[in-house]
Amino acid sequence: MSFELGGVPIPSRLVLGTGGAANLTVLEQAIRASGTGLVTVALRRVDTTHGTSGGLLDLVDRCGVRLLPNTAGCYTAGEAVKVAQLARDAFETDWVKLEVIGDERTLLPDGVELLRAAEELVADGFTVLPYTSDDPILARRLADVGCAAVMPAGSPIGSGLGVSNPHHIRLIRQSVTVPVILDAGIGTASDAALAMELGCDAVLLASAVTRAADPVAMATAMRYAVESGRLAYQAGRIPRRFHALASTPDDGRPEL
Amino acid sequence: MELTVNGLGHSLPIGSTLADLVRTVTEQKRGLAVAVNGEVVPRGGWSVTLLCDGDRVEVLSAAQGG
Repeated sequence: MSFELGGVPIPSRLVLGTGGAANLTVLEQAIRASGTGLVTVALRRVDTTHGTSGGLLDLVDRCGVRLLPNTAGCYTAGEAVKVAQLARDAFETDWVKLEVIGDERTLLPDGVELLRAAEELVADGFTVLPYTSDDPILARRLADVGCAAVMPAGSPIGSGLGVSNPHHIRLIRQSVTVPVILDAGIGTASDAALAMELGCDAVLLASAVTRAADPVAMATAMRYAVESGRLAYQAGRIPRRFHALASTPDDGRPEL
Repeated sequence: MELTVNGLGHSLPIGSTLADLVRTVTEQKRGLAVAVNGEVVPRGGWSVTLLCDGDRVEVLSAAQGG
């Protein structure tokens, strides 16, 4: 069940963040169980006192998935642009999950800085996938400056609150032509299915899997949830009705 | 000369390049990126970038993150 991102086919509509996993063994099992084709990584200082193994990159290679570096922890456009450029140099990809955070309590995006960074990175040749709020106007502005997708938060990062404003997610889907990836806030499988039923092209989640009691089982659940949600969206759900509508015909009912 | 590498003090002989420094702080060969005094130095420039006393260097690589 693939979709296209920045002109590249991605084999699964589930994008997995690698943050929060207890260890690399569990992470690898979760990546494989999820069926994902795209995983996020952060850029952080190497441990100069103990040396680093580069184990995470080897793991990504082994799983045969594509790498999506993020700019997590950046508060200004300038900082995020530099981190994106460093990530491009480190990982030889011009794809970036652009995060510019406005506040450490909510971890919600700073729309002004985000748009500024997105413009700069698009001009520098990046495939920019911005983590944004569920504001349909900001999403449209991001698409207008050339972002390859928009990634609205369902609810704050790591909150597990699910999709707090389904109406806005649906409006975003209607207001841009680039893929919409619901990013952040997913708590369990039904949240991911709902995002897909609203018309999102993919779901990006990390904590919901990596911090679940059984990450591998949850990765499997998310795989099916995303597929089910997509199928349901395409199938076209029945309209909601205030009163019942019998599915069994009245014709031929016996008189007893 | 005295440098600050990833926030910690680090001594290197005068005349050392950025490539020399990277080799002394990590065995990792790929997946690395470096900034000197807040500016990105692409990999191709490491061996021709001479470090100066007091430089602040960031040596970065992949970490788990959403």
